[in-house]
Amino acid sequence: MQLDILTVCYLIGSVTFILGLKMLSNPATARKGNLIAAGGMGIAIFGTIFLYQTDNGKGLHNYVWIFSGLIIGSIIGTLAAKKVKMTSMPEMVSLFNGMGGACAALISAVEFDHVYREFRLDTNSFADSVPFVHYFTISAGAIIGGISFAGSIIAWGKLNGRIKDFSFNGQHILNLLVLGFVLSIAGFTYWSHASITNIWFLITLLSAFVYGVLFVLPIGGADMPVVISLLNSFTGIAAAFGGFLYNNKVMLTGGILVGAAGTLLTMLMCKAMNRSLMNVLIGSFGTKNAKATVGKQQGGNYKEITINDTATCMAYANKVMIVPGYGLAVAQAQHVCHELEKILDEKGVQVSYAIHPVAGRMPGHMNVLLAEADVSYDKLLEMEQANDEFKTTDVVLILGANDVVNPAAKSDAASPIYGMPILEVELAKSVIVNKRSMKPGYAGIENDLFFQPKTSMLFGDAKKVLQQLVSEIKNL
Amino acid sequence: MQNFLQFITENQQMIYVVILMIFLGIEVIGRVPSVLHTPLMSGANAIHGVVIIGAIIVMGKSNDDNYLALILGFLSVVLGTLNVVGGFVVTDRMLEMFKKKK
Repeated sequence: MQLDILTVCYLIGSVTFILGLKMLSNPATARKGNLIAAGGMGIAIFGTIFLYQTDNGKGLHNYVWIFSGLIIGSIIGTLAAKKVKMTSMPEMVSLFNGMGGACAALISAVEFDHVYREFRLDTNSFADSVPFVHYFTISAGAIIGGISFAGSIIAWGKLNGRIKDFSFNGQHILNLLVLGFVLSIAGFTYWSHASITNIWFLITLLSAFVYGVLFVLPIGGADMPVVISLLNSFTGIAAAFGGFLYNNKVMLTGGILVGAAGTLLTMLMCKAMNRSLMNVLIGSFGTKNAKATVGKQQGGNYKEITINDTATCMAYANKVMIVPGYGLAVAQAQHVCHELEKILDEKGVQVSYAIHPVAGRMPGHMNVLLAEADVSYDKLLEMEQANDEFKTTDVVLILGANDVVNPAAKSDAASPIYGMPILEVELAKSVIVNKRSMKPGYAGIENDLFFQPKTSMLFGDAKKVLQQLVSEIKNL
Repeated sequence: MQNFLQFITENQQMIYVVILMIFLGIEVIGRVPSVLHTPLMSGANAIHGVVIIGAIIVMGKSNDDNYLALILGFLSVVLGTLNVVGGFVVTDRMLEMFKKKK
């Protein structure tokens, strides 16, 4: 009888996951969807703890271990998620994803250990006594989980700047070789002598880690959200293998659902940047091509503008467009940016924001950031809308954005960002760029826009500059 | 061939679930606006934390004298919980920013 209640718990879990994902893809219902999925997860977890029975009808034990694990994980997880700054959320997601991957790999390791203990002395090789499907499920979970774990940690390190892009010639061939090695060792283990399979399994797991590291290392930092999304779907698949292993429907449905949705989401993200997934994975953003472009344009001249002039310029304009980028997020300048918008509004200047879909470090980064500062929704223009407006705009103020306004994406076929849709700010009457220095943006390429005659540079930290700008405009 | 057919027959329920879930996963998020890409990724990240259930089963089945399984199982429970709890909380925080204020 107990078992039936658990089945119902799992059914509820599966349905809430589907509903949750569905609601998460609509702005109006997203938050509720997240809570519903979380509720379903809670039901599935506690159902498992109290109602799960093994094949011979015994309940689970080791409750002390289970609950201390749950409590420790919950406390650390909540604290980490609550404390993380808005700007660091993508790396937090990556870290949590890595934890899930590691969890899947560890489950496989323990299950392997069970099989190993049972058969190491009695049989020549696993092939004699362990069903292939069972072994395959265990090692697939270990390999995919391992890759996801190691890859996510590298992605996390890249996003917070601890790990630099690293690529060399022939890296993709090396990666393929390592992947081939992982798979052949995993296959070899099944037919090798049963008493030493534990060593082979360990080698499989370690080389999966190595592959995860090598897989993410050459991919440019700007592409990390795409990679995280891909690794996210890997972990989903690893979880689904866990579901196969225990014949557990909620793990299976949840895992496959995320695996499929994550893969599609990865492709949608690539599409937002007008690039293919292959291009992201193999493209090694901003290496050789970028250097060539840098060399070509180093001779350019740019002109600087003072806070005073900027204030006058903006206060007497009819229409101002603000283009926010990662620099705004880093400086945490969203509130003072909203202040600037209000003060200009009082002076009768029409202010709106042009939001590039991949501005910042994650899609939607800028919307979230400006929403935090209470900027009204109808002031945020999407790229197509904004591009229509630029022609009639007097002043464009670019706050720490770079690659998303780089005209090279339209004109320079050799540029690594060629083909990416951009905000066509050069259509406006004048452009003021706030940056900390002339250093290139995340893609590592020079921006021709800065050298154009209608562009002026306003150097400094976005928050400080905006504060000064607000007080200048007040004094006008 | 015999083995393959046998595998399909024995696991047909699972295979049906997998295939339907793949289509459902794609269908369900098909029209997501790019603004929601990151929260959706984060939400999906929390959902695959369902792997925690495997960790709980592993932990709860381990014999008291099998220290390797106990330690690895315990670690996987902690990591899985981190994934689930952290994932949902971080998603909620992201989405909190989206709520409309008048």
